Amino acid sequence: MASKHPVGAAGQQGPQVRSDCWIEVEPRQSGGLDISLQSKVAGMYGQSIEGLVGEGCRVMGLDHARVTVVDQGALPFVLAARLEAAVRRSGHEPAAPFLLPAADHCGYASRPGRLRRSRLYLPGNEPKFYPNAGLHGPDGVILDLEDSVAPGEKDAARCLVRNALRAVNFYGSERMVRINQGERGLDDLDWIIPHNVHLVLIPKVEDPGQVTAVDERIRAIASATGRGEPVLLMPIIESALGAWKAYEIAASCERVAALAIGLEDYTADIGTQRTAMGAESFWARCQVVNGAKAAGVQPIDTVFSDVSDTEGLIASCVEAKGLGFVGKGCIHPRQIAEVHRAFAPDEVEIAKATRIVLAFEEAEAKGLGVVSLGSKMIDAPVVKRAQTTVAMAREVGLLGDDWRDSREED
Amino acid sequence: MTRLVENAAGRLVPAEINGTEAVPYKGVGKHAPTGRKAAPPIRSCNDYPLDGNKVTASLTEALQKAGLRDGLTISTHHHLRNGDFVAGAVFAAAAELGVKDLRWFPSASFPCHAGMIEHMENGVLHHIEGSMNGPLGDYCSKGKMRGMAVLRSHGGRYQAVQDGEVHIDIAVIAAPTADPFGNATGDRGPTACGLLGFALADSEYADHVIAVTDNLVPFPCIPWQIQGNNVDQVVVMDSIGDSSQIVSGTTQITKSPDRLLIAELTARFCDEAGIITDGFSFQAGAGGTSLSFAIFLRDMMRARNIKARFVRGGSNKYLVDMLEEGLTDYILDGQTFDLDGVRSMRENPGHVNTSPFTSYNWHGKGNFAGMLDVVVLGATEVDVDFNANVVTHSDGRLLHGIGGWQNCLFSKCTILPIPSFRDRIPVLVDRVTTLCGPGELVDVIVTERGIAINPQRRDLIEQLKGSSLPIRPIAEIKAEVEAIVGGQPQAPEFGEKVIAAIKWVDGTVIDCVRQTGG
Repeated sequence: MASKHPVGAAGQQGPQVRSDCWIEVEPRQSGGLDISLQSKVAGMYGQSIEGLVGEGCRVMGLDHARVTVVDQGALPFVLAARLEAAVRRSGHEPAAPFLLPAADHCGYASRPGRLRRSRLYLPGNEPKFYPNAGLHGPDGVILDLEDSVAPGEKDAARCLVRNALRAVNFYGSERMVRINQGERGLDDLDWIIPHNVHLVLIPKVEDPGQVTAVDERIRAIASATGRGEPVLLMPIIESALGAWKAYEIAASCERVAALAIGLEDYTADIGTQRTAMGAESFWARCQVVNGAKAAGVQPIDTVFSDVSDTEGLIASCVEAKGLGFVGKGCIHPRQIAEVHRAFAPDEVEIAKATRIVLAFEEAEAKGLGVVSLGSKMIDAPVVKRAQTTVAMAREVGLLGDDWRDSREED
Repeated sequence: MTRLVENAAGRLVPAEINGTEAVPYKGVGKHAPTGRKAAPPIRSCNDYPLDGNKVTASLTEALQKAGLRDGLTISTHHHLRNGDFVAGAVFAAAAELGVKDLRWFPSASFPCHAGMIEHMENGVLHHIEGSMNGPLGDYCSKGKMRGMAVLRSHGGRYQAVQDGEVHIDIAVIAAPTADPFGNATGDRGPTACGLLGFALADSEYADHVIAVTDNLVPFPCIPWQIQGNNVDQVVVMDSIGDSSQIVSGTTQITKSPDRLLIAELTARFCDEAGIITDGFSFQAGAGGTSLSFAIFLRDMMRARNIKARFVRGGSNKYLVDMLEEGLTDYILDGQTFDLDGVRSMRENPGHVNTSPFTSYNWHGKGNFAGMLDVVVLGATEVDVDFNANVVTHSDGRLLHGIGGWQNCLFSKCTILPIPSFRDRIPVLVDRVTTLCGPGELVDVIVTERGIAINPQRRDLIEQLKGSSLPIRPIAEIKAEVEAIVGGQPQAPEFGEKVIAAIKWVDGTVIDCVRQTGG
């Protein structure tokens, strides 16, 4: 019988593929489901895989089809995503998306002021990095739908990222997604917003309107689905125009929690190349720091892309911290610990901040209007900075609960 | 059909192996054989050339002189690892001579030995008693081998020879350098591989010993790792191996962030357990995670100015660097994994040759393995009682040899750093597919999802109280993994036929492996 639809296929195949699968779907007029499975784990999970494929077809209203699965140890959320992408590509419009039950461990919340020292990029269409990403302890994981996903795989990546948001335990890391530019990025939101995404990174922002468009779409999705509040935003400045408008962008919307800079595109835009010294991006980075601070949000630095250069990474973080940034992008899990170390306050900073905060608290308790430490008067902004330092030191475990007692002897 | 009996670990094991009665496993330290050790036949120097020249023109002629005939047991060794030409040449010569039904008793096999399948198909080889990797493992798992495979640890191989359980008729020793008298060393020559320790028992106990070399030097070959006084004949071949394959592929440091995390957690565990102190000792196996563990350990030692008394190898570049940097007094080397190890063995007095006799032998008057403060090993599966599997894949296919793994379990602290699942396959299970190491000897499991301490090690649990490390019950980690992979796997399907027996270090049978289904 001639098939009405073309064959739809999704996933990855080949000897190098791990933790993914390749699924072909050929819808038919009759004959029920004809599932064939080839899997390296067939002896252990063959029945489970066939059950999942059958269930998925039922949910998506596909009663008659040939389904071929070539599996390299894909986890259930991956199999489900590949099946749905293949069904959609076959031309069969699913009656409903194929969603496995959302795991309890995906339900935790974030907050605007949380630590964002490190954010680990995960290529959106590569499932093998998902399950362990959170174990490396990044402040945030970014499921990337933009640059790391080939243009022809954007649809498959949406299924996978959505399913990952519902299934994968990121162990307390902030759950971030980088959407695509423009209209495609707004459509990305339909796939992710109802699934407890904490923060959306918006690429190549050079106008506040891009941010407000995202905000409006999120609100629309939230009111249609009853899910999706609160979602935070992190616009990324990646062009001369974006850098110019850093403050307006950072201040464009209540949801904005941080403003990031992406230097690869920025340096291309101003017609130069990235150097180790970074003189070419100095102005833009300062502009982003100042724009973010003026708007009361966190300034976040670009990624450090040479995975093997630990010294360079540390130097780059120290410089970023010096400029006022509070975080850095990571493309490899081994960068995370170094980034955290670099952005943490050092012993001298902590000791000084502790003394200031204690002096402030003492002055407050005595009803004094003026804080002084020794013979020096301490201004309010200095107190505020010291409080931030102490709070961070406590959050990262450099100060214990008893920090007031232990410091009194100094 | 093989008669099965239940052993002390609750496993059904064959009561006899290839026609000889076998002793079921009785528990750790419970088996105490009596009597006297096996011994080689009496020889006289009168029967050997007075001028010391034992060179025979070809391997074929040497095998004929050795009395090669149907049904004999021939041993070879894995010093040249995946670059070995000698085992293949021996059985090719045997095939040419029309000999049948031989038993091959290698110290380990590698993928380069896939040619043995043809010898089994055409009857030259009856069966193999040694590790079964790659194509040989698949062949054996499908039930195609005539006899039953017997997997032994390095120490267990020595024990089997000394007990007379395995009588070696002809031992053929690949020797990177040898003299006409039969003195041989592995630390030099164009095919240098380091140590020849795995051939030591064979040189002492076999009826007939042939040294095969591609680098014949005038007497004396100094140093001699194998004593010419134990050698019957010397044969010169064009090349005994492919030196590019001698360096094991598993001696690269892992780049996998997950494995690095496991290695780092392992090192931090050792630190918090108070193991890393001046004068301590450790052994880390081959494999990326173990190597990376050694690197983390090295950095801690450097930072705190701590020096080890000795490290056990598998030597490699990283251990050699530690020795040369003064971070350890000695490397006690069991096998050499790379050319830096080979060089160091030649140059450094602190780089010492050892063998399964010194380190692992059940019938030694003590051995080195138990003296180690910490040993880090791999495993394919670990169950909730800390029993571990190292020879089969979770679907029951033979995958690895035992190597020194079982022997090393006797260290003061045995740690298995393992991923909690591989692709979709859980590594933490209710009951290991094949029991190789009793849980009472496995102290700690380190996974990327947490560290589990054997409840029997109350001292370690006490020591690690209040630690910032992710210490969790093993059942809890297992449950988390099952939630990720979509539940427990189906039980694997096996045929009736027992295709391999797994020996414990004392020669008893701890488990067996069945033919895989499908």
